[in-house]
Parts: sequence; structure tokens; C-alpha cells
Amino acid sequence: MVGAVEFQDVTYRLHSRSLVSRLNFTIQQGETLVLLGRSGCGKTTTLRLINRLLTPTVGAVLVEGVSTREWNPIHLRRRTGYVIQEIGLFPHFTVARNIGVVPALEKWPPPKIQARVFDLMTLVGLEPGRFADRYPHQLSGGQRQRVGVARALAADPPLLLMDEPFGALDPITRVQIQREFRDLQQRLGKTVVFVTHDIQEAFRLGSRIGLMQAGELVVLATPIEFARSTHPEARAFLSVREEDGL
Amino acid sequence: MSFIDRYGAEILQRTGQHLLLVAVAIVIAVAIGVPLGILITRQPKLSRPVLGVANAMQTLPSLALFGFLIPVPWIGGIGARTAIVALVVYSLLPIIRNTYTGIMGVDPAIREAGRGMGMTDRQLLLQVEIPLAFGVILAGIRLAVVIGVGLATIAAAIGAGGLGEFIFRGVAVVDSQLILAGALPAAIMALVADFALGWIERRLTVKK
Repeated sequence: MVGAVEFQDVTYRLHSRSLVSRLNFTIQQGETLVLLGRSGCGKTTTLRLINRLLTPTVGAVLVEGVSTREWNPIHLRRRTGYVIQEIGLFPHFTVARNIGVVPALEKWPPPKIQARVFDLMTLVGLEPGRFADRYPHQLSGGQRQRVGVARALAADPPLLLMDEPFGALDPITRVQIQREFRDLQQRLGKTVVFVTHDIQEAFRLGSRIGLMQAGELVVLATPIEFARSTHPEARAFLSVREEDGL
Repeated sequence: MSFIDRYGAEILQRTGQHLLLVAVAIVIAVAIGVPLGILITRQPKLSRPVLGVANAMQTLPSLALFGFLIPVPWIGGIGARTAIVALVVYSLLPIIRNTYTGIMGVDPAIREAGRGMGMTDRQLLLQVEIPLAFGVILAGIRLAVVIGVGLATIAAAIGAGGLGEFIFRGVAVVDSQLILAGALPAAIMALVADFALGWIERRLTVKK
């Protein structure tokens, strides 16, 4: 079986410094792989290698069995939902237009876009009648995140890339959105690559956790295996979690 | 016979000339400056030389520039054409610079999101960057208009007409009423343009 995404000995260098090195792993169809690590460990770089915002210096990233070098980057990105921490909603577009960006780029007929947007708003818990015509600055942080997730899902991409999407939320909203996202994910069965530095979030959302340190993937395991890992960096993260648990 | 009876019709005619000089120059300067400003956001290596040249042109004394242009074939000579060329030269800097800074000032997260969703560079530019930079670009055009209205008075020195005619004549015969007949409408024109463009700018600037 071909994985949804496959890293084959991938190194990415910028100004002769390796941001990620020798990455070898496969992301299975329908799983949620959480990339965990400290700031600057290369998790965002790894994510950006998947939708070809970056191209590997060495090795290849295969999406649906095809190297990102062979993919038309525009097609690849439209088949890949992308949510970033700052969300990057377009401030001059209404909520409805923000969510409909990719369908509009794909030239769907307007009635179909509108129907899709309303479905998605309902799916992420935003009442279309109340929110469709608002602008991003009129929303709370949590509502904006929901719009960001809806926007990433709009063209029904098989793959979702999420870069600390819930990082800026208050803890209560954050846990609530995480729970909703997990339920959503179970219903939709998308392949998700999720970047975070929060071990709690990794355990809550991940079907597997990939721990990165200094540009390398040092542990890749299910949450249960991960909790038993003896790797020093994994222990460091787990100790934080245990402290939180007390 | 009162001053207005004697000069009223000419003031109107000169005001019209003046407005036309500035309007034509601004349209040309926008047509050159905005694409150039966009180009240097795409080719960052060009930004220093382009902004440097536009900056240097801005520092030329205006009367000297009008003088320099007279002997230049095609674009020079006596008359409105030369004046328009000079006004374009002076308008370019604020327009190029504001286009550049406006687009570069778009939140990188928004640009990243646009690219990540599969926008082509053109789509990103037309649907995201230009609309978001529009207020800043317009502020540059507004500055160019206000500078242009003032500068165009000097165009009379090379026979391009406009409100400067009154000023030069008034200075020559030491008649302050005549000077005011040129200066006052020019000042009003600058203020009205500034106010109107400022109003549009505020309406079209996107709230964060």
C-alpha cells in the first residue's frame, strides 16, 4: 500500500544549514500524524516540504506516490488543506468568501460554492446566517480558527496540513476546538499532518506522534508507545506532561 | 472694472489647463509607477536601483528639470508635453515607493496562506496583495497629486500654461493680486484633491 505521504531520505538546506536532515517516514491514509518538537526543530519546514512551499535539497517527498517535484505546485496545494497558526484569513473577504477561496480558484459555479460554504460552516459550528457576511476582524480567536479549518476543508482535499492551528487560543477554547476537531477528523477520515509543540495536544489528536529534534525525526510511535519511549527528548516532553497531570 | 470681471474667465481657463496637466501626468505616473512598484516586490534585487533612481529624480530642482527637458527631442520642447514629462518624473517616487511598501507590508501569514491554498502569483497579487495594499498605494498617489498641483505652477515658465501664468506675470509686474489669482485656486485645488483622495483612502483601507 502506498502511503499518503512518504519522505525518502529528505534533507532541506538553507544557506548551507540543514533545517531538516535524513527524514524517512510514511504517513498512512487517514491517520493523524502529529509532529512534535521545540521551536526551530524543523517541524514547520517538514510540513512545508509536503505542499511544495519548499523543495527538498536531497531526497524526495512523495504525495500519493508522486514526488512533489513532479507535481504542479498549484494543483498539489489545491488538493492539500493548509491551516497555519496565524490562520491567514483574508481580512478583506467575508467569512463566506474566505471559506470559498479554493472552490472559487477551482472555478466552481457560485451556487455550488455557496452550498459548500454553508455546509462547512455548519460542520465547524458557525451558524451560516449569523457569520457568513462577517469579516475576520469581527470574530473571536476561536471563531477565526473554525473559519481557518473550514477553509482548508473547502475543496474536500484528501490531505490536511496544520501548523499549530490552535496555538493562539485560550486553554478552554483550545481544548474544546481540539475535541471538535478530533470528532470531525473521525467522521471525515482525512490524512492529517499536525504540527505542535504541545505534548497534550499531540496525545489528544495524534494517531501517531513524530518527535523532532534539531531537524531529525528521533521518535515515531503511537501515543501509547511514545509514553514508554526512553529517548531523552521524549522523556523531556513527557516530564512536562506528568507535571501538568499532577 | 473689478478684478474678477477682468480675470474671472481666464482664471477658469487656467484652472482647467492646470487640472488637465496634473491629471494627465498622474495617470501616466500611475501607469508607470504602480507596475514598477509591483515589479520590484517580485524582483527584490531591482528595488534598490529603481527606488534610488526615483529618489534621485525627486531631488532635482524643479525649475532646472523643466529647463533640462526643453532641448530633449521627442519629450522636450516648449509647451505642455514637457511640463507633463517633468510632473511624471516627480510623481513617480511616491507612487513606486508606496506600491512597494504597501505590498511588502501585507502580513506574511496572509501571503503564506494564499500560496498554501494554491493561488498563482497573479491571483495572489490581484485578489490579495493589491486590495490589501490599496490604501497605501492611494496615499502615494494622493501625495503625488498634491505635489503635482504645486509644481505645475512652474510649468508656465516653459509655456505650458496653467495657473502659474498668473504667478509669473504677477511677479514680473509686482502685482500681488495677480499672484493670488494663480496661487489661491492652486492651493484650493490641492486641498480639495487631498481631501477627496483621503476620503476614498479611508473608505477603502481594510480593517485589520
